[in-house]
Amino acid sequence: MAAVEKAEQRQPWREFWRRFSRNKLAVVGLVLVFVMFFTGIFAPWLAPYSYTDQNLDAVEQMPSLAHPLGTDELGRDQLSRIIWGARTAVIIAPTATFFGVSLGLLFGLLASYYRGWVETLIMRLADILFAFPGILLAILIAATVQGRIEAWLKGFEALEGFVKAGFAQVLVVIVALSAVGWPGMARLVRGQVLALREEQFVEAAWAIGAKPWRVITRHILPNAMVPIVVSVSMSMGGAIMAEAGLSFMGIGIRPPTPSWGALIIDNYSFWRSPAAPVLLWLPALIVGAMVAAFNFVGDGLNEALIPG
Amino acid sequence: MIAYLVRRLLWLPFLLLIIAFITFALGLYGPGDPVLVMLGQHANPEAAARVRHELGLDRPFLVQYADYIWKALHGDFGESLKYRGQPVGRLIATRLAVTVQFNAVVIAVGLATGIPLGILAALNRNNLIDYSIVLLTVAGISLPVLAVAPIAMWFLAARFHLLPSGGWGGILSRRIIMPTLVLAIGPAAVFVRQTRANMLEVLDQDYVRTARAKGLRETAVIVAHALRNALIPLFTIFGLMLGGLVGGGIITESIFGIPGIGRLVWDAFTARDYPVIMAYTLLVAVAYTMANLFVDVCYRFVDPRIRYG
Repeated sequence: MAAVEKAEQRQPWREFWRRFSRNKLAVVGLVLVFVMFFTGIFAPWLAPYSYTDQNLDAVEQMPSLAHPLGTDELGRDQLSRIIWGARTAVIIAPTATFFGVSLGLLFGLLASYYRGWVETLIMRLADILFAFPGILLAILIAATVQGRIEAWLKGFEALEGFVKAGFAQVLVVIVALSAVGWPGMARLVRGQVLALREEQFVEAAWAIGAKPWRVITRHILPNAMVPIVVSVSMSMGGAIMAEAGLSFMGIGIRPPTPSWGALIIDNYSFWRSPAAPVLLWLPALIVGAMVAAFNFVGDGLNEALIPG
Repeated sequence: MIAYLVRRLLWLPFLLLIIAFITFALGLYGPGDPVLVMLGQHANPEAAARVRHELGLDRPFLVQYADYIWKALHGDFGESLKYRGQPVGRLIATRLAVTVQFNAVVIAVGLATGIPLGILAALNRNNLIDYSIVLLTVAGISLPVLAVAPIAMWFLAARFHLLPSGGWGGILSRRIIMPTLVLAIGPAAVFVRQTRANMLEVLDQDYVRTARAKGLRETAVIVAHALRNALIPLFTIFGLMLGGLVGGGIITESIFGIPGIGRLVWDAFTARDYPVIMAYTLLVAVAYTMANLFVDVCYRFVDPRIRYG
């Protein structure tokens, strides 16, 4: 009897993994994502050198035993800088995505819940942000908030170290990316909610007297989760790419704070040098690989979570 | 249909007013002072105040904004602060010509490679050809230009001296090849993915089976029956890309040294040349909105099932 019960028990996680792992690329992507988080979190223990250690006797060296990926023009160990870059990515990608998605979720729900002028206002605002050239808006926002955030953080003496460690720049990038990122999510959420509110189970929830907010959070939102989760995964990759773009324009992460975007920019002048593969291509390819990895995971989630 | 069009078009002026407002505010409250960029950091405060007054930058925000809108309505987008004496309109028009030509070539190359590869992949569903094309597509969609550009430049320009690394000499010059190769990857990958997906869907339709059943040759089935219907959804992407024609890549034009509008805006940003930034933002917003409208309207003719209320 017990055996029968066990066999019949639903095992959602195992089922999810079975479906997710059918997509080989998604598994590869997931592994890459894990590697990135692991490297970022344990950067201080993994990196052989500090990212600011300069060895002016060993500048622009090709890979060797002492420096597996060579050194840059200031003699800084490239491997260590890439490892520390993972930490910046691990801070920026989830945080920017979190704020962008939360704002989008909030505005999308408000729009589809209140309808009327609230909806008009929010969706028109989203239209406006869409019509804005994206990267320029991010640049303008970043440039505008930069001084303010730095000044604000300097107000807290305890945070002095953070500001010096480039924390303010990270915050600027997060603010800019969240501000530019939410309209897409708001549109997605609103579309989902508007489609679901016509479904019978929602009507049933109304019929038994559920309050509106409960209908939205308990009945509609869980059913709208799949596209939201998928787009969260994809926007993590997008955030990494956008950080590289902002840094390239000199707005995002600046030296000596290591980020993959900043590494690409720092070493761009080496494009014809024989060291280009390690100094320039490697960070560039890592950015590309992480964008791809998050897209694969998104595809895999999509296939695994949609029934049928 | 007409009512729908009018409603959409009526929104455009409001959109532009608000976008102008936001850009204006970001410009005024943003960092950097155009006057100090012009005169140097250690300019005499009196001289700076005089220049500021001459440019009207010492007036209240709303007055400056209203003045800008009023002049813009009369086709006057002000003078560039960086290139003194140059009207922004003319400055933008010159650079826009470069960007539009370049982007048109990129989209054309993307279409010309993307669609055939997409068809090829669909016709070879689930075999090695299909998988290789899909894998290339995935790479093409994920790899940012920032990553592909240095690699392409290293191989094609630095190592084997096959091509110049960039620059601009018109669309017939050899200089355009490298940036086009790098930039067309993205659009091509998008076209491959869409064409393949649409073809696969269409090939399963009843009317394709009917066409086969009546004994048509396979090429006729594919070209006349399947392809025609599979390409309709591509129209949307193509239309939106046309809207993006005027945008110009701020990053890409810097990498390849193309003197287009993206480069202009970047220079304008570093010099806090806000009249140029304003005009650019408005231009992109108009192009984006019109492209969306164009796609929606044309769709009705391409796909008669669609109706707008």
